Amino acid sequence: MGMTSPSRRSLRAVSNGVLLLIGAAFALPLVWLVLASVDERATLSIKLPDAVSLQNFVDVMTPEKAFVPLLNSLVLSGGCALITVVVAVLAAYPLSRYRMRINKPFLYGVLFGTCLPITAMMVPVYSLFVAFNLIDSMGGTILFLAATSLPMAIYMTKSFMDSVPISLEEAAWMDGASMMTTLTRVVVPLMRPGLAVVFIFVFIGAWGNFFVPFVLLLSPDKLPAAVSIFAFFGQYGTVAYGQLAAFSLLYSVPVITLYVFISRVLGGSSALAGAVKG
Amino acid sequence: MAIVAEEARPVAGPGRGPVPRPGRSRAGVRRSLVRSVPLVPAIVLLAIFLLGPVISSFYGSFTDASLTGSAAQGSSFVGFANYAELFADPDFPKSILLTLVFLVASAIVGQNVLGLGLAILMRSSSRFTRGMVGTFVVTAWVLPEIVASFAAYAFFNDTGTLNTLLASVGLEGTNWLYATPMLAVILANIWRGTAFSMLVYSAALQDVPPEITESAEVDGARGWQRLAFITVPMIRRSISTNLMLTTLQTLSVFTLIFVMTGGGPGTDSSTLPVLAYQEAFQFGKLGFGTAIATILLLVGAVFSVVYLRALKPEVD
Repeated sequence: MGMTSPSRRSLRAVSNGVLLLIGAAFALPLVWLVLASVDERATLSIKLPDAVSLQNFVDVMTPEKAFVPLLNSLVLSGGCALITVVVAVLAAYPLSRYRMRINKPFLYGVLFGTCLPITAMMVPVYSLFVAFNLIDSMGGTILFLAATSLPMAIYMTKSFMDSVPISLEEAAWMDGASMMTTLTRVVVPLMRPGLAVVFIFVFIGAWGNFFVPFVLLLSPDKLPAAVSIFAFFGQYGTVAYGQLAAFSLLYSVPVITLYVFISRVLGGSSALAGAVKG
Repeated sequence: MAIVAEEARPVAGPGRGPVPRPGRSRAGVRRSLVRSVPLVPAIVLLAIFLLGPVISSFYGSFTDASLTGSAAQGSSFVGFANYAELFADPDFPKSILLTLVFLVASAIVGQNVLGLGLAILMRSSSRFTRGMVGTFVVTAWVLPEIVASFAAYAFFNDTGTLNTLLASVGLEGTNWLYATPMLAVILANIWRGTAFSMLVYSAALQDVPPEITESAEVDGARGWQRLAFITVPMIRRSISTNLMLTTLQTLSVFTLIFVMTGGGPGTDSSTLPVLAYQEAFQFGKLGFGTAIATILLLVGAVFSVVYLRALKPEVD
């Protein structure tokens, strides 16, 4: 800043001060999480550990406590993201390339779907899953998660596809390539970064989802980390806050890493909000 | 587009001929059908797992289905009995009120005002402050909901961070999760969700040309005047979009409240999603819970339609 008048400088000081206060308030619960995870005698309140130790992490890093639930989370979110991306690419292609009568109603329906309060639906979804005998089925849960993330994924994929120039496809059509060949050989390779964004976006959403697997899955060996953390809290929560915090961090790190990656790819932290802005 | 007439192919290649008018000719209809084939997997998934529950929700809310007892075997049609019971139950009107309080205080006022405030402050702060504060705010949003809920639970607990801080300045806290459960979950939801509004408003403010605010400054407009009469009107589209989206997101908040208070004490913090869960799964009244779910879906649908009609997001 070249010209900094006194009023500008005091404005900046005030802004910084207010922001730091708000930032501190936002940071407190997060700082507790980190401090408690390295404190063998953690409580619910922020306190500096007497000795920093990784014992909590050692304690939770057992197959039944952490690894199986994390693997289940990976299967659920990975499966959901993969299905969602494939189905979204297929749906986005005709929507992006042809002007059909179905486009407008379909896209409005999709937008409407993004707005539905999914948690409101869990009671009827449970009844439906009971009727189809899909309760406690990983496949059923993956398909439901995919369906709920599909509207947003179609919308995002279509806007990424709209920015892929059509000229290369025209060359493929001239050579007599079919629609599917053009899509898989020409369009998809050109929009790999966009598809990665959609995949990660869906993956993050499914990884963090608690309510859906909480209602639809029952067997302890199928529960993803979100639900097993909740069960762990119910069983040992009143004593083992340190382990709870350590497990929570282990479970959170993958999505935070993915978020940082995706916001770098899209340039700037406003990327996800921009994608959701509609 | 390449204009090559070759109708005999089973799969119509993209872009053959001008834009088809479905219904004009049989070939046109067939081509249009073939072209919509890739939509089928999406339509099937959405029909089974989104439309299906919506329809069964409407139907189920008129039956006496339950998880246990005689009605668990076969359910029968009971008309509006669930709804009549719902409105007679004092918990339901209370839950509607709590949901409204939660929506207005945490989403419409809390997240939006704080998000806009943060976005504005960040424009006149140092890069270091901006980066650090932004990281904390966004981290609370990116964390998986169950982890964020635990962090908020610990913060407001009787022996939690808030009371420790209050004690260190000589104030005595209370058991926030029991004494003021709504205040606790509202503050927690503001903490959890403000990042979204902040990001939307930061992006919107970047699009406001600086010349306009500068010329207002030259004309003697004070800071708050520039904010009220120039900045806010220029980003009004972002504001209405954001209000709508944060309202819809907050309407479906379940985990945060479920973990922090479980809807309690009693039903003092049971917003509609939590009440639907309690009725269906804790008290076994599936039809009752389904009726609440149906009402929530209708409210969500009304919001969505208003949003889509008022803002007309581009679909082409």
